[in-house]
Amino acid sequence: MPEVSFVNVTKKFGRVDALDRVSFEVRDGEYLCVLGPTGSGKTTLLKLMAGLLEPDAGTIYFDGKLVNNVGAQDRNAVYVPQQYALFPHLTVLQNVAFGPLARGKPASVALDIASKVLDLVRLSSRAQALPNELSGGMQQRVALARGLASGAGLLLLDEPLGALDARLRLDLRHKIRDLVQQSGSTAIHVTHDQDEAMSVADEILVLRNGRIQDFGLPRRVYRRPASVFVANMIGGASLLEGIVDTTVGETALISVRGGLTVQAPSKNLTLTVPVILALRKERVRIARDRLEMENVFKGEIRGVRFLGNSNEYLVRIPNGDVLTSRLFAEREGGAFKVGDEVLAGFLEGDVMVFEYPLQGLAKELEIA
Amino acid sequence: MPKLDLMGVSKTYADIQALSDISLHVEDKEYVCILGPSGCGKSTLIRCIAGIHTPDSGQILIDGKSIEETPIEDRRIGYVFQDIALFPHMSVRDNLSYGLAVRHAQSSEIMTVTNEMLDLINMRDRSKSYPRELSGGAQQKVAVGRAIATGSHLFLLDEPLGALDAIVRTELRYELRKLASDLGLTVIHVTHDQEEALSIADRIVIMKSGRIVEVGKPSEIYLSPKNLFTENFVGETNLLEGKVLETHSSQCTVDVKGHKLRVAGFGKKVDQKVVVSIRPEFVPLTTPTGMGWEGRVEQVTFLGSLNRYVLEVEGGIEIVAEESTAEYSTGFRVGESVSVLLEDNAHMLLFDYPKEGLEKEVSLE
Repeated sequence: MPEVSFVNVTKKFGRVDALDRVSFEVRDGEYLCVLGPTGSGKTTLLKLMAGLLEPDAGTIYFDGKLVNNVGAQDRNAVYVPQQYALFPHLTVLQNVAFGPLARGKPASVALDIASKVLDLVRLSSRAQALPNELSGGMQQRVALARGLASGAGLLLLDEPLGALDARLRLDLRHKIRDLVQQSGSTAIHVTHDQDEAMSVADEILVLRNGRIQDFGLPRRVYRRPASVFVANMIGGASLLEGIVDTTVGETALISVRGGLTVQAPSKNLTLTVPVILALRKERVRIARDRLEMENVFKGEIRGVRFLGNSNEYLVRIPNGDVLTSRLFAEREGGAFKVGDEVLAGFLEGDVMVFEYPLQGLAKELEIA
Repeated sequence: MPKLDLMGVSKTYADIQALSDISLHVEDKEYVCILGPSGCGKSTLIRCIAGIHTPDSGQILIDGKSIEETPIEDRRIGYVFQDIALFPHMSVRDNLSYGLAVRHAQSSEIMTVTNEMLDLINMRDRSKSYPRELSGGAQQKVAVGRAIATGSHLFLLDEPLGALDAIVRTELRYELRKLASDLGLTVIHVTHDQEEALSIADRIVIMKSGRIVEVGKPSEIYLSPKNLFTENFVGETNLLEGKVLETHSSQCTVDVKGHKLRVAGFGKKVDQKVVVSIRPEFVPLTTPTGMGWEGRVEQVTFLGSLNRYVLEVEGGIEIVAEESTAEYSTGFRVGESVSVLLEDNAHMLLFDYPKEGLEKEVSLE
């Protein structure tokens, strides 16, 4: 069960830096999610770990041992690609037994391992089926079973749920996590879906253009993201542009365009510096006539989005900016309608403050 | 202005019934999402409407006229699918004007319409870019723009956002919806993504195994569906098997492994097997009060705007509960005891126990 470290790992394809001086560590038994948009370097990172690619610079360690020159077959790691790549002519059981067989286990032992793993992914009843007789979700579980049966301590899962329907993805993400945990393996799970990452990860690593944007516990990454990009990518937020006006003790007064003032935590802020204020949707409250919070603005409901478990209300405040408020478990129709005059408010402590991005806000938020 | 009518449409491939007896009426300017798991027939259906497939039986009428009687070039149907299909050697502007140019529109008209379209999709400053220079989301916007520029009013979108990153998908679905409203388009949008359908559709059609399971407004489909399959398919839910103990005028008392629940429901019989469903966000948790069901927290997951709890309740029942993180509640910890207040919970829904068994009924595979 290896601990993995990357130290200043760089990988180029032509002139493009697929990964640029990436450093991080994964502990034994940990479930790490690598989250990032298409082209951010996620798959490259996995393949470097698997030994399917070699870094151009930097070092990779497994349990403290340098593995830069160790081949894929000697790494105690298994790469599970996005396309399941099952052998079409072999049964489910044979597909899963293939890894242990290839590693020189006797057939009886390999089949025994395979049956146990199939039991784990609840596919024992389909052991004799061929892959094309199974649904996508089942094939996905066979691919995972094959990874588990390989006995490798490090599972490298590339978009393991990417090919599945949304609803099935929801069911399987909890299942995958449980299965990996039961096996005791360390797992790196690559995804572009922030909900998936939040729900399965011990730690989240956010990649963008080959660089680490943030790395930490889901709770920390959500509550105190490292950048506006991360705040937007994970959870989303309403953004206001402003300038630090004054600071009084722990509180900063920030002038927001259109003559509004927002109270925010003053920590690490310098006067007259342009900033972005970010507000989580569930922290923006709306009410008809009274809100007791440091920041309250008059507003008008401009849109309502029904998301099933919640409604999102888009509230336009007097300066023309729009705040999004998310209310869960509402009754049919929701509490507010388009056109309603409301108050929108949020607590000082809930304002996330970022320095205005050097490259401009639009560029900062760009996904691809 | 297009209205769409499907009457008894069926289609068989080899020996598989891909569509059985599909009937649906879509109003002018309506935005309808067709939602269902892989293999439910939703893509076959949209391809039949597009004229790519011919149904074995039944009729497809656009504005009361059978599509078979209308030559393809006169159908004025816009079609956008998951794989973005722009001309790689043409700029954004040329891609957008292609349909009009093919129809030999006047160059002044082509210019005007293309400019309008560039503004609509908010890409005036990218008009000279080539597709490969654009992100996936931007490319798909051009594909939609190109379909609109041909003057179509009926749009068929087959998983138009399926190939995009999650965050881009969310932004783009609202842009797509706004475009359709602003231009008064009639849209049939096929998706497997529940949230996508719930957030943008006027009506949702739920499909399973080639059939329509039910049709309704998003709030009906999520909050008061008629079918157990729908209830489970459009969002996570707790399904509790039970037996009717008593019936009152509009209420039943249901026994679930020794726990009594009062659930709204008509026409049930004493001793009948039933399924009670309650969604995680409607399961209220408190510190132990001696009221409700006693449970133990087995798993806690922080999801950002929500905390998700898996609970083990006496009688060996597993319940999933979700709580907004807005209220600064410290939440519960693994191993903690909680009370689950369900007895009179108005959000519980009651379903007959499915004939083929619960697992088969809600199966997604």
